[in-house]
Amino acid sequence: MDDMIKVFVIDRDEKRHMLDAPTDMNMNMMELCKSYELPVEGTCGGMAMCASCHMYVQSSHDISERSEDEEDMLDEAFFVEDNSRLGCQIKLTSDLDGLEVKLAPIGE
Amino acid sequence: MIQTDILIIGAGPCGLFTVFEAGLLKLRCHLIDSLPNPGGQCTEIYPKKPIYDIPAYPSILAGDLTERLMEQIAPFSPGFTLGERAEIVEKDEDGQFILTTNRGTKHRAPIIVIAAGLGCFEPRKPPIDNLSSYEDKGVEYIIKDPEFYRDKKVVISGGGDSALDWTIFLAEGVASEVTLVHRRPSFRGHPDSVQKVLDLAEAGKINLITNAEVVGVSGDANLNALEVKHKTEGMMSIDTDHWVPLFGLSPKLGPISEWNLNISKNAIEVDTFDYSTNVPGIYAIGDINTYPGKLKLILCGFHEATLMVQSAYKRIFPDKNLVLKYTTVTGKPGL
Repeated sequence: MDDMIKVFVIDRDEKRHMLDAPTDMNMNMMELCKSYELPVEGTCGGMAMCASCHMYVQSSHDISERSEDEEDMLDEAFFVEDNSRLGCQIKLTSDLDGLEVKLAPIGE
Repeated sequence: MIQTDILIIGAGPCGLFTVFEAGLLKLRCHLIDSLPNPGGQCTEIYPKKPIYDIPAYPSILAGDLTERLMEQIAPFSPGFTLGERAEIVEKDEDGQFILTTNRGTKHRAPIIVIAAGLGCFEPRKPPIDNLSSYEDKGVEYIIKDPEFYRDKKVVISGGGDSALDWTIFLAEGVASEVTLVHRRPSFRGHPDSVQKVLDLAEAGKINLITNAEVVGVSGDANLNALEVKHKTEGMMSIDTDHWVPLFGLSPKLGPISEWNLNISKNAIEVDTFDYSTNVPGIYAIGDINTYPGKLKLILCGFHEATLMVQSAYKRIFPDKNLVLKYTTVTGKPGL
């Protein structure tokens, strides 16, 4: 289908999940992970106002730069790397076909 | 002892709206919340976030929603125990619940409603393996009494206002040595505080380590060193008496998980007939419950609250015939 892409999510047990993702529903990676019941909290509902959807972008896709709000929230995340993103700020678009992300560790 | 008809755990939107629906049935409510203000996530996490699915409000800020709910329930004079966490639930000889908070405040009611959202907000803990073995032995997530750090070496982590404010406070003649570790050179805190911290670092009164993160803790019985990973300079070790990681708050189910309720995936299982749990007299509404088809929406929580109080009324007054179900004509009866 034209409006579907495949993305890959590596969970905290190193298990790789292949997810079908719609690109015509204005969804983001946090919402996609939640809809597949992967362990992403997304406490704030996708406003870059919490840090509970922290993930690493492992593929070389060109994703928009981190906004100032996102940088600020990443201050509350742990083990932040150069490829760290908040999943809620990764909008699912057709050019992200094949995207691979890894869920960041969370404290107890 | 605080006596009420319905004891509501959680003062978020669902908990607040429960007061209104209960009030229409002349049931009194008392709310308990671990946060110091009502509103739950709406107040704590996203007061400025617009919400688009509240009927009749094309858009309303979460903070404003809380204010309107407080206004709507004010005529029913609910009680509040704020800044305390619901801890222990017992039953007395009359079959009423006795709920005790972490600060020892006791409440008594025939009905408990858990409207605790994602749980209670607790400090976010770094995912470091042996961290828990140093909790209260050098690792603290909240600074309760700054005097505790007098003449001690302290490392603070974080980039928000609490990290900046405590760094400044402890550096001014309290701790013997203060180090602030932050993942990037810029801070999200108040510009004045940021400047103060930079000035203190310039003057050599604190050690400011940016582009770095604490990744390991070590010590004997007590914490004595931190392993810090610097982006360009690699690993380094810092000797310290205390580490205070200040990474904000995140919600945890907490003591509720020990109340013998059926729990699945961090949520309380309920019967959709009346949102009752497996424990008679305890209900769960809003984001904290789960059932087939559950949607975590404020809108759905309001609906759950409405049906739940009808059932609670029948539990409290099994012999009375419930007649009031609609508010179209009178609003609050007696106004």
